[in-house]
Amino acid sequence: MSIKMPAPDETVLARRGEIVAAMRAIVPGEGVIDKADELRPYESDALTAYRQPPMVVVLPETTGQVAAILRWCHANRVKVVPRGAGTSLSGGALPLADGVLLGMARFNRILDVDYADRLVVVQPGVTNLAITRAVEDDGFYYAPDPSSQIACTIGGNVAENSGGVHCLKYGLTTNNVLGVEFVTIEGEVLRVGGRGLEPAGLDLLGVIVGSEGLLGVVTEVTVRILPRPETARALLIGFPEVEGAGRCVADVIAAGIIPAGMEMMDKPAVHAAEAFVQVGYPLDVEALLIVELDGPAAECSHLLEEVETIARANGAVSIRISTDDAERVAFWAGRKAAFPAAGRLAPDYLCMDGTIPRRRLPDVLARMRALSEQYGLGVINVFHAGDGNLHPLILYDANKPGELEQAEAFGADILRLCVEVGGVLTGEHGVGVEKRDLMPVMFSEIDLAQQQRVKCAFDPELLLNPGKMFPELHRCAELGRMHVHRGALPFPDLPRF
Amino acid sequence: MADPIRPDSADALATIIADAASDGTRLRLRGGGSKDAIGAPTPEARIVDMRGFSGVVDYDPPELVLTVKAGTPLAEIQALVADHGQMLAFDPFDHGAMLGCADGEATIGGIVAAGVAGPTRVSRGAARDHLLGFVGVSGRGERFVAGAKVVKNVTGYDLSKLVTGSWGRLVAITEVTLKVLPAPRLQRTLGVAGLDPAAAISAMARAMGSAAEVSAAAHLQDWNGAPLTAIRLDGFPSSVEARAAIITALIDGVAPVADEEAARLWPAITTAAPLPTDVPLWRIVAPAARMPDVIAAVGGRWLLDWAGGLLWLASTDDAQAIRAAAMQAGGHAMLVRADAETRAAVPALHPQPKALATLEERVRRAFDPAGVFETGRF
Repeated sequence: MSIKMPAPDETVLARRGEIVAAMRAIVPGEGVIDKADELRPYESDALTAYRQPPMVVVLPETTGQVAAILRWCHANRVKVVPRGAGTSLSGGALPLADGVLLGMARFNRILDVDYADRLVVVQPGVTNLAITRAVEDDGFYYAPDPSSQIACTIGGNVAENSGGVHCLKYGLTTNNVLGVEFVTIEGEVLRVGGRGLEPAGLDLLGVIVGSEGLLGVVTEVTVRILPRPETARALLIGFPEVEGAGRCVADVIAAGIIPAGMEMMDKPAVHAAEAFVQVGYPLDVEALLIVELDGPAAECSHLLEEVETIARANGAVSIRISTDDAERVAFWAGRKAAFPAAGRLAPDYLCMDGTIPRRRLPDVLARMRALSEQYGLGVINVFHAGDGNLHPLILYDANKPGELEQAEAFGADILRLCVEVGGVLTGEHGVGVEKRDLMPVMFSEIDLAQQQRVKCAFDPELLLNPGKMFPELHRCAELGRMHVHRGALPFPDLPRF
Repeated sequence: MADPIRPDSADALATIIADAASDGTRLRLRGGGSKDAIGAPTPEARIVDMRGFSGVVDYDPPELVLTVKAGTPLAEIQALVADHGQMLAFDPFDHGAMLGCADGEATIGGIVAAGVAGPTRVSRGAARDHLLGFVGVSGRGERFVAGAKVVKNVTGYDLSKLVTGSWGRLVAITEVTLKVLPAPRLQRTLGVAGLDPAAAISAMARAMGSAAEVSAAAHLQDWNGAPLTAIRLDGFPSSVEARAAIITALIDGVAPVADEEAARLWPAITTAAPLPTDVPLWRIVAPAARMPDVIAAVGGRWLLDWAGGLLWLASTDDAQAIRAAAMQAGGHAMLVRADAETRAAVPALHPQPKALATLEERVRRAFDPAGVFETGRF
């Protein structure tokens, strides 16, 4: 574990009994967990290399309880880490030894389904897939579909601005959330956005989505739902070299086609997936593309032909087109099984998440192969090709001394490479703990200070999820320092905080 | 009033802002001035003309990303992307004609700062959905970068959302990166005449909830002498035809609108052109299903866009009454056009509940601690 969390505050640790009692006074019965063996399931999220049991877990059931917990923690200067289902791949829900872990799992009700305005109001502990399940019989679905959708909660999706394979066409969480109710660290219950298309005033909703639990705790979410497209069909296209696959993706978009999904796998990923699920992927190709098209049947058949023509023009050596939905699902089965398939190649893997301009793909893959040799660690690549979001899976064995550190260093080099070619550290998994210390690769000190001032506007004492996203937390008073000119502040009429 | 200042580099702009912060001058950021007539008059503020920041920085069409300087005219950008068969992913429009100025002056920075979104807001989203990153100078006089130049990014806070629609109160934006999309090959509009507001909203909801992938839907109180509900389909010709058949089967009495007429209709809807110009113009956003209640509660002429989620209202009713009707329906009302006296008295933006207003104020101070951008316009 090369990334350090803030050192626990001994005075807070010493008050553990008092803090547990205060939580019990707010949430009765089994909603407060403080026994060591019962805390263990909460010690990590899906970034399992990092583990830390929390001081106490609190599982509130009402917004009033959330407000009371936060108000108490704020008044008593106790840190709080919010948690949904614990599926974060970036350590967003990693607990703190001196912090309260605020689990939102009991907020599990769907509150309203409104087909007239095509929205669903849910509590944050409802899973992503449960929203689609609730409306699919009426022909609707919720578009963002992170691969953990069976388990991950909508509250966690809001915190991380989660994506999925369909976001090139349908957007990330932020493009599909209309409003939230959230509680500030001071215990104030606020609503931003609602059932209309646009919030009034500053777009605070837009900055709360993707804030990784550092700005507030979401207690209700209103999401947009979409009518299910009439048909969906997919092509499975093999290329003898990565360059051809990359050109094919660019040419599809240049032809005016925005596929519902466009995924690429490199040769090692294809082999791993095929060994795992046996869906008939071609094994003699360097890159495999899955292109999914949705819409009216007439549109799909027209676009399938166009994509096929483009693929052949770019040297595709194998093309299969799904004839029914079972076959389409089979095309995806290998891609969706890429992570567990990686788990059979090595005891452990790290999943990276950079985004690059697509035109740089062949270059980035070549340099990644060189890094793989340099570190002596295998890497397989799955890639949201439409939007340039790479998911290299670095294979390692945590039981071999030093190998986790090597894997992390390899991952950091990949992300530096992404930024160097004009891309970013994370396309959909969030910064969390994992990429926190790399933030200066992408942002200057001034850029980061400006982001942190937004944090200070919401949480001036820095009590919500500290140790995530920012490599260094400056005290808010220090960041807010103003230039005083001629001994007087300008604009004395303005309220200040 | 002093002449506008016209910086052409981020350094010059940073100096202007830092100086203003220390000597107590308030700065009003301005692009082409197409939206000058929105908000309270600000005779005391010094205008900073942002058109010195102009030109394309990077545009690679297959990457679906465009980076331009903020003072670049919208019309120039639209012409550029159209040349490559693309469009801006949201549906920006020029407020010029609407507010009594010439068209063609609006800049992309102004469009972003005002969070402008036309009829396809209902299907493709607004400026806030497609601003991928920006460069700007804060009220502290510091140049900073937020977001990035790729279509998918969650690194750090999404400050692009905050800045979109902030009306120049957080940052002087100097450069924006926007998502672009392929332009549709064909647009077809279907219309049904004679519906009342509730029936029109219900018909639009059915269309939006169907597999027809409606791009835009609007309802006019009076078009050629009768109410008209218009539904637009964009895309590949074979697809548009198939989807038109879905709408035809779904809504009684629907018929194609001729292309020439549709070409007049949508710009008229976008800029609320059919409404009288001599009374205050309001922009009310609320859930579509509740909009008939708003219409029943207010007087005046109106039209509905965003499948009923946006009401353009020309009304002499009391501002408080209009805002109360919007709030009653779970929405909010912005005063877009009025005489200077009215604008001095009635805030353009819908007032927020106290706790939220306090948080907004804190967020504004996070970007602009001295209040250099607080001109009193909003």
